[in-house]
Amino acid sequence: MHKLVVALAAAGLVSGVAFAQSSPLKIGFVGELSGPQAPLGQDQYDALMMVIEQNGGKLGGVPVQVIKEDSQLKPDVANQVVDKLLEKDKVQIITGVTFSNIMMAVHKKITDKAVFLIGSNAGPSPMAGAQCSPYFFSASWQNDNQAEVVGKYASDKGYKNVIAMAPNYQAGKDFVAGFKRSFKGGTVTDEIYTPLNQQDFSAELAQVASKKPDALYVFYPGGLGVNFVKQFQQAGLNKSITVMSTSTVDGSTLPALRDAALGMLSGTFWGPDFPNEANQKFVAAFEKKYNRIPSQYAAQGYDAALLLDSAIRKVKGKIDDKKAFHAALKAADFKSVRGNFKFGTNQFPVQDMYMFDVAKDAKGRVSLRTVAKPLVNHVDAYAAQCVMKAL
Amino acid sequence: MTTQLALSQLLNGLQLGVLLFLLAAGLTLVFGIMSFVNLAHGSLYMLGAYFGAAAFANTDSFVLAIIAAVGGAGLVGLLLDRFALTKLYARDHLDQVLATFGLILFFNELIRIIWGPSSVFISAPKALGGTIDIGGFTYPSYRFAIIAAGLAVALGLYVLIQKTRVGMLIRAGATNANMVAALGVNIKWLNTLVFALGAALAGLAGVMAGPIVSVQPGMGEPVLILTLVVIIIGGLGSIRGAFFAALIVGVVDTLGRAFMPTIMRSLMERSTADAAGPALASMLIYLFMAVVLAVKPQGLFPANVAATR
Repeated sequence: MHKLVVALAAAGLVSGVAFAQSSPLKIGFVGELSGPQAPLGQDQYDALMMVIEQNGGKLGGVPVQVIKEDSQLKPDVANQVVDKLLEKDKVQIITGVTFSNIMMAVHKKITDKAVFLIGSNAGPSPMAGAQCSPYFFSASWQNDNQAEVVGKYASDKGYKNVIAMAPNYQAGKDFVAGFKRSFKGGTVTDEIYTPLNQQDFSAELAQVASKKPDALYVFYPGGLGVNFVKQFQQAGLNKSITVMSTSTVDGSTLPALRDAALGMLSGTFWGPDFPNEANQKFVAAFEKKYNRIPSQYAAQGYDAALLLDSAIRKVKGKIDDKKAFHAALKAADFKSVRGNFKFGTNQFPVQDMYMFDVAKDAKGRVSLRTVAKPLVNHVDAYAAQCVMKAL
Repeated sequence: MTTQLALSQLLNGLQLGVLLFLLAAGLTLVFGIMSFVNLAHGSLYMLGAYFGAAAFANTDSFVLAIIAAVGGAGLVGLLLDRFALTKLYARDHLDQVLATFGLILFFNELIRIIWGPSSVFISAPKALGGTIDIGGFTYPSYRFAIIAAGLAVALGLYVLIQKTRVGMLIRAGATNANMVAALGVNIKWLNTLVFALGAALAGLAGVMAGPIVSVQPGMGEPVLILTLVVIIIGGLGSIRGAFFAALIVGVVDTLGRAFMPTIMRSLMERSTADAAGPALASMLIYLFMAVVLAVKPQGLFPANVAATR
């Protein structure tokens, strides 16, 4: 009897302690988790959750609860789920956000509420410039970076005659503009814009073949990239024309393309073959857990998680002290998978940008291989327009 | 040089055309005979591509991939007809559209659950992976194979519909289903057969398109829209109409995309032309459809539908 009382008391005590700790820090995750672009959001989410799992359900030593919301690539849906996260769940941090149009629809309402937004993909230009906010940090890149690096590479290679191809929508035109901005010494002789829902590029590829350019710059994200690369390869053009791309051959499309993509070039900030220790650890852990090569979207989600981990640890979980938490985030005191990492004045990364080609890795799988580093400590083109408010 | 480009664009148009024909044949037969609007036809195309990709991944044989796609999609079509759609045949078109739209969502989600949201891998057979040199320009041999296979299927369908007893019943059913039933033909059995045949053709189109396009959830919807345009231009219920309309739509669409931007640029300033060219090119087939409907409201080759409801 006596024993039972003691046991009960002990149990009560334990559960009491557990209760004191059991209101975890809530973090909202918003991303594209359904539809054709779901692999992008899923990779961001998987990497975030992997870090939390490795840390025993904690970030920065504090138990966290991630509330996952699917924005379905619809700005109206994104608005609803963000409202829910802010009003009902009362989260103090939101991360993720896959597409730029979604980001543009929700960022202001989040940062106006003094809730921290850690973007792990989209980096639209207005947010890097005039609309920058102390509550927004990008763990990925400013959109134009990924096109600018390719333009610089094309200049370095001395290409004279380049044709650009992209879907006919805002991001497509932005990427081509970014490419042209940093492409010096040659000309973009033709720009081909295809309707966003067009699946077959045979007509356009025949045009390209007849014009015999030195190289082709393309931006075809997700399934469009799979279409493009397959058809380009089947047309036999990969023997005569160099393809330089943004978001076309990456971790999300290579499993569906395999050998068809060999030799194609891609410009971005990170590749799975980076030798730094943090990256080796990340790639090994991700492959073990999910049985696939991580994409850059996973790398971004992973870095966002590490950034949060470092900042939460610095303030010992007291993120109510916004000023201290902001300073801790700004310090970016973590080992990024991309090597060097620091934030610029607009709280976007100032980072090196690389070119990759598609090649077989050590295990014989088709993956990305680093070939050049055209841009070092690159600051995005909009940082000068940002007047950062003090917190 | 330009003639070669024009020729290769013509082949591109032809290739798109025969692929559209494979889809349109099934859809127009089902509409012609059962007066049934099947928006889920694009899902059968998607299923064909996935069945083919799964067989290809396991056996590395494109022939087996085709068999799996045709058989699998045909079987799904048969089951759909027997268990899900029979009750809808008597309902009006709005109910059918609603129900089959629901099926699109169902199949897209099902595929996502089984195969995941990313594209899956399937490639052209090795022998057809390269290009063929014809009179100074090269053309992908796989696309040639599609044209050949599509034309062969069209010929086979012609023989089936025009020269066999089953074909005669199908034609009779398209003209007056009640009369055929009254003459002692099991019209239910005929319906199921036609539906499964259409599904199998959609599956064939799916697996043949697999090496060209991204095999992913929702891949059937863009192509479904083109297919609907084809059967409307060709005349509802008419295989012959579907064949010619598919080729016309394929060629018009391709040539529009190929040459419209250049034409626009010679007419107006470049930045305006870059915006207007692709937009106008993608509108071209719809404009063509509007003209056809204005001149021949029944389509180019209407089936004999004198006595329909």
